[in-house]
Amino acid sequence: MNNVLQIVWMIPFLPLIGFLINGLGRQRLSKSVSGIIGSGVILGSFILSIWVFLQVKNGNTYVAHYYDFINTSSLKIGFDFQVDQLSSLFLLIITGVGFLIHVYSTSYMQEEASKDFAKYFSYLNLFVFSMLLLVMGGNYVIMFIGWEGVGLCSYLLIGFWFKNNNYNDAAKKAFIMNRIGDLGFLLAVFWLLSKLGTTDYHSAFALIADPQKNPLTLFDITGITLLLFLGATGKSAQIPLYTWLPDAMAGPTPVSALIHAATMVTAGIYMIARSNILFTMAPVTQTAVAVVGLATTILAATIALKQNDIKKVLAYSTVSQLGYMFVGLGVGAYTGAVFHVMTHAFFKALLFLGAGSVIHAMGGEQDIRNMGGLKKYMSITHITFLLGCLAIAGMPPFSGFFSKDEILAEAFKQNPLFWGIGVAGALMTAFYMFRLYAMTFLGKFRGKPDQEHHLHESPAAITIPLIILAVLAVVGGLIGIPEVFMHGGHQLETFLEPVFANTNEYVKENGGVKHLTHSTEYILMAVSVGGALIALVYAWNKFNKYEKTGAEETGIGKILANKWYVDEIYDSIIGKPLQSIAAFFNSIIERKAIDGLVNGVGKAVNYGSRQIRLLQSGQVGNYVLLMVVGMLVLFIIQLFL
Amino acid sequence: MPVNYYIFLSVALFCIGVVGVLTRRNAIIIFMCVELMLNAANLLLVAFSKMHNLVLGFDFPKLASDAQVFVFFIMVVAAAEVSVGLSIIVMIYRNTHSVDVNFLNRLKN
Repeated sequence: MNNVLQIVWMIPFLPLIGFLINGLGRQRLSKSVSGIIGSGVILGSFILSIWVFLQVKNGNTYVAHYYDFINTSSLKIGFDFQVDQLSSLFLLIITGVGFLIHVYSTSYMQEEASKDFAKYFSYLNLFVFSMLLLVMGGNYVIMFIGWEGVGLCSYLLIGFWFKNNNYNDAAKKAFIMNRIGDLGFLLAVFWLLSKLGTTDYHSAFALIADPQKNPLTLFDITGITLLLFLGATGKSAQIPLYTWLPDAMAGPTPVSALIHAATMVTAGIYMIARSNILFTMAPVTQTAVAVVGLATTILAATIALKQNDIKKVLAYSTVSQLGYMFVGLGVGAYTGAVFHVMTHAFFKALLFLGAGSVIHAMGGEQDIRNMGGLKKYMSITHITFLLGCLAIAGMPPFSGFFSKDEILAEAFKQNPLFWGIGVAGALMTAFYMFRLYAMTFLGKFRGKPDQEHHLHESPAAITIPLIILAVLAVVGGLIGIPEVFMHGGHQLETFLEPVFANTNEYVKENGGVKHLTHSTEYILMAVSVGGALIALVYAWNKFNKYEKTGAEETGIGKILANKWYVDEIYDSIIGKPLQSIAAFFNSIIERKAIDGLVNGVGKAVNYGSRQIRLLQSGQVGNYVLLMVVGMLVLFIIQLFL
Repeated sequence: MPVNYYIFLSVALFCIGVVGVLTRRNAIIIFMCVELMLNAANLLLVAFSKMHNLVLGFDFPKLASDAQVFVFFIMVVAAAEVSVGLSIIVMIYRNTHSVDVNFLNRLKN
């Protein structure tokens, strides 16, 4: 049967074409043409993704095999795409939000030269291509190709304004920390391959889920999942590999929105959600995931309380929200984590794009202490930003409330302490987001007079994506209404059920699912929403009359403003020892030993040749003597041999 | 007369020829010594030819006459070599006005 889903290869193929056209033709294409090509291919992918989604919704999942990528007698890895509920959902998020960000970029990056503009769009398209490969891959190898590709594009885009050395350092930091995580990912894939002989999702997971045929021991599964999680910490900025993400704000704001908020950083969560059966069978790893997620949530939230750069606050907020997603994965709330990925993509992209609009209006200023009172000048940006803040703070009925609350409820089922820490993080989220909102849009303008004259609302290419994302951030939660409000309202859970079927069965057979009573759930919700509301109002009142003082932070504030000195700790524990080892190797071993050896050979050859040259005296008599001596030697030798 | 005596004589002549080539400075004397070496070899061949005739009688006349024919070859080669060599010496004399081989060291280094 020729499945209609065979054309899904076109979904990543279109951005690849866009990359090639914009990349190779960047010297020749005008800005409008490269912008149209760059955005148009993503629109094409989005339309195809909608069609795929509708097909999958009718129950039509498919694994498309294109060709044998690796084909040896013992190892067969095919270039497969797996089209199922999880990947089709992510396809919609990536291409949909991606398309809005591409349109936004056509206006945001207008000041670039046309060849840099085309270069930007080619990098963005390459990124979307890699991300699509990642989510559509039918086995871990194809996922890894996409995984590496998004890391590369992240590097290229963070260091887009490459003439600034600080930006290049940030790009290198991102790439290197990603690679450390990738080592874990690769080791996990090798381990899995050596034990199972296959990396295909459907065959590997079917094998593992069957208790009779499962060849992996608990040690294997725990090891593999811990290594996979290490890869996820690198890609999705969890402790200990999160410090690259705040520095990555050096890139253009649409890049921060797309890569470091909506898509690339969610790759880790996608990977764990895809491998859900492995993680469910390794409770040690699940605890580790939840604990790391909680720690990251709290750490990043505390740092965000004291940041003054609008993008840095959003960056730490992203790290914190990613922590929530990992908490969800760690307590077994796979649907909740994926739901939060979706809603986070909407409101975080919205917040970043709004921040970009503000930065553009302020002529490049990013310090919120120099902003204020912008709501008079930029009403659309103001309203959409406010909606985004309400969503991220978890206010009902916005989207953030539903997804965050689902994770918190599941965390409570696992361990009330997890829930408590999660709620603390939610309170801090509400506080710092509304601090950001109040300092930016309320109160009096604190910037320079020439900046004030420049303030204006951004053009349509910027405001229309903001409006669309705001609508999604407001209503996006309604696909996941929990049971307590409406029976059968959690359409997302029903949709994703086949992906997590193995997990659900395993959990049922091994202990069962805990259920909270309706009243407990209402109380939990009330506590978190109420607490967030109090934090919100407190921040609103505290910061809407913010006066700029030149005062330095002191005490705890200083530690938070300096990000708990984590970068400095990493530098002294890891950076400096490595550099001194490298210096030692350079001066002692490289210069003296190896160079000495190589140069010594040269010197020996030189000396030897000088001595041998003395044989060439030019005297005929000498030559004849040597001839005679040689003959004698040969004569004597042949006598004895 | 035992053939050893002829061998000793021949070897002595050959060695004198070698030492002469190595030590003499005059190019013409060196040539004479080369001729001496060639003739020593000839002497050896003739001695062996006679030896084969005497010891083995008429059973191996071929070896005896082989040696004697070979002597002629050597003489022909000696003659050709002398003519070429002497003409080279004449050219050297015309260029450097001496036949001292120690002055021919332009191939040095």
